[in-house]
Amino acid sequence: MKLTRKLAVASAAAMAAAVPAVALAQDLSAGDTAWMLTSTALVLFMTIPGLSLFYAGMVRAKNTLSVMMQCFTITCLMTVLWVFYVYSLAFGSDVGGFVGGFDKAFMAGVTVDSMSGTIPETVFSMFQLTFAIITPALIVGAFAERMKFSSMLVFMALWVTVVYGPVAHWVWGGGWLGEMGVLDFAGGTVVHINAGVAGLVAAIVLGRRKGYPQTPMKPNNLVLTMVGAAMLWVGWFGFNAGSELAADGVAGMAMAVTQIATAGAALTWMVLEWMSHGKPSALGLVSGAVAGLVAITPASGFVGPMGALAIGAASGLLCYFSVVKVKRALGYDDSLDAFGVHGVGGFVGAILTGVFVDAGLGGAGLGDVSMGGQVLIQFFGAGATIVYCAVATFIILKVIDAIMGLRAGEEAEQEGLDLALHDEAGYNLQ
Amino acid sequence: MKLITAVIKPFKLEDVRQALGEAGIQGLTVTEVKGFGRQKGHTELYRGAEYSVDFVPKTKIEAAVADALVEQAVEAIIVSAATGSIGDGKVFVSDLSQAVRIRTGETGDQAL
Repeated sequence: MKLTRKLAVASAAAMAAAVPAVALAQDLSAGDTAWMLTSTALVLFMTIPGLSLFYAGMVRAKNTLSVMMQCFTITCLMTVLWVFYVYSLAFGSDVGGFVGGFDKAFMAGVTVDSMSGTIPETVFSMFQLTFAIITPALIVGAFAERMKFSSMLVFMALWVTVVYGPVAHWVWGGGWLGEMGVLDFAGGTVVHINAGVAGLVAAIVLGRRKGYPQTPMKPNNLVLTMVGAAMLWVGWFGFNAGSELAADGVAGMAMAVTQIATAGAALTWMVLEWMSHGKPSALGLVSGAVAGLVAITPASGFVGPMGALAIGAASGLLCYFSVVKVKRALGYDDSLDAFGVHGVGGFVGAILTGVFVDAGLGGAGLGDVSMGGQVLIQFFGAGATIVYCAVATFIILKVIDAIMGLRAGEEAEQEGLDLALHDEAGYNLQ
Repeated sequence: MKLITAVIKPFKLEDVRQALGEAGIQGLTVTEVKGFGRQKGHTELYRGAEYSVDFVPKTKIEAAVADALVEQAVEAIIVSAATGSIGDGKVFVSDLSQAVRIRTGETGDQAL
């Protein structure tokens, strides 16, 4: 498939919005299907266990199970909600450009033979589900070590309904942002800005962990974090290259730019830390890598190798300052830097997508809009997501707080969520 | 009877165990501890959060010793645990009023 900007946007929208049986009579491609089956597994792998391990190693030992429990439970809960109605909200027939209808609720009409472009609709739906799983899982990092498990479940259910479903529809499901020309190949806005902003709001609404920032809260097992980060990198090939929904040249380029941006960002963070602190750290290195992965996400189908390097370096730089300097200065407790890495990185990537899509800079081509025009569109898309997500997340949290409270309580926090909320210890080493 | 307690650098444990054996002390209890005296700790950095860690890992050895063996036991520990740098540790000797071997019920010096 020859890629132009319009085709990339249109194909995603068409595949999503069209009733498969009638509108797109495309033959099943075994190659595309095989790749998409694999991508689905890779992206699920990013959450369980990639992100789970990444987070589990960063929290204190008494909370290590709680973050893994949250990620794993979110995986299960989102799956059920997805097949009930969230898939339909995201990719059902468009209602006013804002949301999909309920025509696909309970997977109505999705059979063994249903198609979505050149792949079975089941595969498309499950692939998209893995995105709807990892986005809420990312938010866990912001409120780690202090949120009540039951409230977290209710929050996630409401959030995926009110925020994720609609925003996915806006960008990928035939909604208004996609129609406006916002370029988001694999989820810079839908996944990372969404998760990052929701995380920031949650971190502020829930408040800081008891004892933060005076009390030392060292990562209990950075070995796990390194393993998790590596799994994220590998899985991200499914995230980005899989978003092409086909096994073709664009997917190949998406994989290549993912690799390049990540390496660039990791090295950038490492160098900055080395200069600033005197020694490079493992946590810094992998944090930089994740920043690169996040930033290249929206750009992955639209930019070239050198553009990717620039995007990675920019993200490494800006996320480094956001996490190491800005967070400390502003005082909010975004425990595992959901906003600092995913919010900031997603924003950086979203904007730079508008720059490096230019064919002159190695990208897929701007189409019939200028670079300035595209950058403005990107700003708008990011901005709309930020505002909607922030407001909706705030309201949802406040409502839950009023009904059942959000925090686990001082005693639970002191004892550790693993024992207090789950009657378990992560490590029984003796 | 005396209870000899020594806080030493962890990597010296083998040397001290051997020296005590040669001095006639048959049993030891070892605990991993942390502490500080004049030895400085270190700094750790996690994503911009810098922690100064004052406590240094040490190993604590306890041995119940008959009065006759105390002097050579202390000497053995001091010689084998020393490196010459700050943080080598300390030896404490305290009175031990009773000791009992659980298996046989022997008391006093017979229990050591």
